[in-house]
Amino acid sequence: MRIPCPCCGPRDRREFTYYGASVFLDRPAEDAALEAWDDYLHLRDNPAGVTRDLWYHDPCQSWLEVERNTVTHEVLSARPVVEARA
Amino acid sequence: MADLIATPAVTGLPLTIGRAVLAAFDPGPVTAIAPYPGRDLSAVLQFPAPGQVITDGARRLIWAGRETAFLTGGPAPDLGGLAAVTDQSDGWVWVTLEGRDATAVLARLCPLDLRASTFPVGTSAKSVLQHLSVLLVRTAEDAFQIAAFRSMAGTLVHDLSGAMKAVAARAAL
Amino acid sequence: MNQSHRIPGKGLLIDRARPVRFSFDGKGYEGFAGDTLASALLASGTRLMGRSFKYHRPRGVMTAGSEEPSALMEIHEGAQQTPNVRATVQEIYEGLDARSQNHLGPLAFDLLAVNDWMAPFLSAGFYYKTFMWPRAFWEKLYEPAIRRAAGLGSLSGRHDEAVYEKAFAHCDLLVIGAGPAGLMAALVAARAGVDVILADEDVRMGGRLLADQPEVGGQAGPDWAASVVAELASLQNVRLMTRTTVTGAYDDGTFGALERVSLHRAPGEAPRECFWRIVAKRAILAAGALERPIAHPDNDRPGVMLASGLTGQLAKWGVNPGRVVIFSNNESGLAAARSLTAQGIEIAAYVDPRPIPVTEDFPVYAGAEVVGTRGRLGLKDVAVRHKGGISMIEARTLALAGGWNPTLHLTCHLNTRPQWDENIAAFVPKAGAVPGLSVAGAARGRFSTAACLADGAAVAGEVLADLGLRAPDVPVPGAEDAPYGIAPLWAVDAGGRAWLDFANDVTTKDVKLAAQEGFRSVEHMKRYTTQGMAPDQGKSSNVAALAVLADATGQGIPETGTTTYRPPFIPVSIAAMGAGGRAEGFAPRRLLTSDARSRAMGAPMIEAGLWYRPSYFPRDGETDWRTACDREVRQVREDVGVADVSTLGKIDVQGADAARFLDFVYTNTMSTLAPGKVRYGLMLREDGFVLDDGTCARLGPEHFLVTTTTAAAGLVMRHMDFVHQAFCGSWDVRMSSVTESWAQFCIAGPKAGALLEALEVEAELPFMGCAPVTVGGVQGRLFRISFSGEQGYEIAVPTRYGAALFDRLVEAAHAQDGCAYGMEALNVLRVEKGFITHAEIHGRVTADDVGLGKMVSAKKDCIGKAASLRPGLTEAGREQLVGLMPVNQGEVLSAGAHLYNERDRATREHNQGYVTSVAPSPTLGCWLGLGFLKDGRARHGQVIRLDDGLRGRKVLVEVCDPVFFDAEGGRMRG
Repeated sequence: MRIPCPCCGPRDRREFTYYGASVFLDRPAEDAALEAWDDYLHLRDNPAGVTRDLWYHDPCQSWLEVERNTVTHEVLSARPVVEARA
Repeated sequence: MADLIATPAVTGLPLTIGRAVLAAFDPGPVTAIAPYPGRDLSAVLQFPAPGQVITDGARRLIWAGRETAFLTGGPAPDLGGLAAVTDQSDGWVWVTLEGRDATAVLARLCPLDLRASTFPVGTSAKSVLQHLSVLLVRTAEDAFQIAAFRSMAGTLVHDLSGAMKAVAARAAL
Repeated sequence: MNQSHRIPGKGLLIDRARPVRFSFDGKGYEGFAGDTLASALLASGTRLMGRSFKYHRPRGVMTAGSEEPSALMEIHEGAQQTPNVRATVQEIYEGLDARSQNHLGPLAFDLLAVNDWMAPFLSAGFYYKTFMWPRAFWEKLYEPAIRRAAGLGSLSGRHDEAVYEKAFAHCDLLVIGAGPAGLMAALVAARAGVDVILADEDVRMGGRLLADQPEVGGQAGPDWAASVVAELASLQNVRLMTRTTVTGAYDDGTFGALERVSLHRAPGEAPRECFWRIVAKRAILAAGALERPIAHPDNDRPGVMLASGLTGQLAKWGVNPGRVVIFSNNESGLAAARSLTAQGIEIAAYVDPRPIPVTEDFPVYAGAEVVGTRGRLGLKDVAVRHKGGISMIEARTLALAGGWNPTLHLTCHLNTRPQWDENIAAFVPKAGAVPGLSVAGAARGRFSTAACLADGAAVAGEVLADLGLRAPDVPVPGAEDAPYGIAPLWAVDAGGRAWLDFANDVTTKDVKLAAQEGFRSVEHMKRYTTQGMAPDQGKSSNVAALAVLADATGQGIPETGTTTYRPPFIPVSIAAMGAGGRAEGFAPRRLLTSDARSRAMGAPMIEAGLWYRPSYFPRDGETDWRTACDREVRQVREDVGVADVSTLGKIDVQGADAARFLDFVYTNTMSTLAPGKVRYGLMLREDGFVLDDGTCARLGPEHFLVTTTTAAAGLVMRHMDFVHQAFCGSWDVRMSSVTESWAQFCIAGPKAGALLEALEVEAELPFMGCAPVTVGGVQGRLFRISFSGEQGYEIAVPTRYGAALFDRLVEAAHAQDGCAYGMEALNVLRVEKGFITHAEIHGRVTADDVGLGKMVSAKKDCIGKAASLRPGLTEAGREQLVGLMPVNQGEVLSAGAHLYNERDRATREHNQGYVTSVAPSPTLGCWLGLGFLKDGRARHGQVIRLDDGLRGRKVLVEVCDPVFFDAEGGRMRG
């Protein structure tokens, strides 16, 4: 598997650390309902198809949102999380 | 009290094995410069794009990771609060790997595409070398500067010299 | 042994000027440089090379390549003992020690051949059905006996100390296989200027051009191949990799490949094998096709070969097959018969089930079949059934030509199954099965030399167009373009045992039995019979087995389907895949600047993550860790001790928003910290559990230094990067790891201040203060913090001065009746004070569980705060940090033990908690424990039972406050 780091170009997956679904970027407000926090922390989709998840490119320290297809294994895009919710 | 004496980051070098030479390298003071978001440093210095190494006489600004460059060959400039400035002179061990087989040796340890078309002379890259996180600078077709965390200098030399031996023994077959 | 079966003048790969001596089963042989074990033994007249997997049938060589199912051997090289080496691949070298495998007694008289006589009972599923009862006998009796009788080679049981290598390569185009299609493809791409890697598993490139030697463009096939290889070798943009088998196709253009670097030489310095990871923008699979045998009774004797194996052995190594019978169902077998005749080999009979005209220079049996063979340890006669009855024909070699299966394995590695092509009675690859991988030549069922050459050029042209390049005009040379003309014949209907899978001893009967017993799916049949599960993975047998299954179930082959091929294409040694990962290569070693001095002082070093830290510093007469540890603890409490704490993670945080950012990652408030002060801080994970703890020093208004635990240094850096980049990327804050930039030492004890004075360091610093200092002419940092409960400082200098400073500190400590102390004493000191480490903050505890609930500020948001307020993390009944002291002072406590009420049995439902840390305290004169106990803070004074089932230890302990010593903290503030 290769991930196109926006900083470094396509790199082998051994340079990355996986961190789970990218909905983790959508942090609820401090006073959001317990259900919202439960959903945010624990409930995840398991799509057969396009999914978005978080990867850390250890060498350059960029956190990325990677869009990929769990069926074809195609990596569709990768962008810095800094821009993902901007 | 007498002054403290500095210890080198790595000992036992240079090593020449086959057609590759591994040597210690002293970059002098190393300053990490990390501009704050959206700041323009151009009035003071040209900040390198990813992979870029900007050379200005003895001074080099080496891209060294996300929003970070290492300044070597000169004192830290006054950036007037535009960027975080951190001394990294002691955090890293630097070596050079040179010779006809230098690229072949690196290819034993590093998953990076080392072809000159994708990693040109005069550029830098962050990658891994076996288990170590490294900063690589290509100074010539067959010459690299490699920086790794200082405490792992022994492992860096162990891994590189092991690959050098294997490449040399293969060439001698 | 003389080379009695070598044809003069033949053998492209051997150098007759260089004889090579080797041994097989202890007997000396001679071959030539360039020989394989198989060719050298065949040339010496040896056909018997091993015993079969299950029935211990005599077996010889069937092929001339890596698909060999039968001739598997052990190679002995000192401690090295490599099993299941294919004799058709292993090149000989002076002194090579090869041994046959899987027999009891001599190879020619294997006592376990009794299995063959018992064959009527040993059909598929025999073991499953027979050794069911009594159950207890399986592990002790049946399984060891069966394992002894069945199986292949064995290992030495010793460490493999040899050198292996792994490497990475990148290219625009990877061409897999250097036969006519691969060579043409590589030539076209190379002339277009793209970076090409051409990998071929043989010693010399050319593929079937070497074995069949067809004319190409008016040249002999091998000469044409050599001229193309010479041109490719001269180009800068081409890398030629021989002895390299591409073993797997993976995502995003990544391929695995195994190179036999020095297996053809006596063991030396060079790596034995190299496992390559090749990343290619595009790839062309031109791996050719593999010939398949025909299942007929007793088709497994030494001397029965594939026709391609025979022609390969002859052309490449000059092996004389003797009198030959060819059994073929297609034109390639007939072409082989003609070619062999032209080369002076006697064709005793050409047997073909097809009604072909009988107009050859050798006896042709058309509409005929081979129905049996004779010869105990090697073929003597072949029984041919024809219109006139059955003839016994004397022959030394029987060549089977059952048709060709495209070598499409790599196209299945991403889970696509191949398609059945009725025209060639074989599976062909599905287009686009592996993104970026095209298939050319025989690998997609184009079998003639002319078709391969043209297809290689055409596919390369398509790939270049895909890369946006124009294909250069490379003329395709002319070559034979004979039709294939196959009439499928999988198994001869003649009773007796007819082998499909030679490596795993699977016969047509086994497959039929599987179908009869309901294992009608190909996946079930495979597992029931073990068809295709041997080292060769059924390369030459799977399709025939499938056809037999289809026949038995009354389905067509496409409906029956096929098992899929998975990586690796050939067996790959684990040593090659894990090259560089043994011994010191297993993990990096992080060494402290004090490492050399600590070792010189006799300190045993222990691993702490990747770091090596001193355990204790023994003095004369101290024979165990306890004595040294007790002394070190006492010296810290009474005088002074120094310890290297550089392993703690250090993160430099700067920027106008640094304080705001730290307020967000820490539970407590850092923005109110005054410059020159240090504060203890706690970080939570977003799910509310404790992530890490440490100190945070404010070095300037916009400059902080965060320390982490040793264990979580990398994790915390990654976490802070995430919080910053994901939630507040626009803030003015930057972080930089400075763990490696500073050597930091702890100075602890009543004489800590005096020690600093002796070093001429200005030590006028309040508790939890920090300041820049000068020590030995070097700019450093001094922190007034304590992890021991004593008056404590940590002094940091740039790493290059660490070794020198540690020397000074040790001398100064000794001068004050103090010492250097190690991890053991450090642990005792912190347990006495109830300070937590990752033994306590193990990922399932909240701030309140460890008694630090007040540190979660109510005035601001922080990572983990919302989740930490969830009912489950705040309600009564949670396990809380407590101290534990034995009721009987002399008793030993152990970490990992569980806690129970005094009279309860040690079962799960009675569990009250567990012990996380223990330490023998010389200060309090007994063992101390830290642990988590249900509602523990309300239970101080209670006596409970510590129960360590693992060590059989039951100790009554009194629950107390986790701070055992100097609860008011007067000593460290002092």
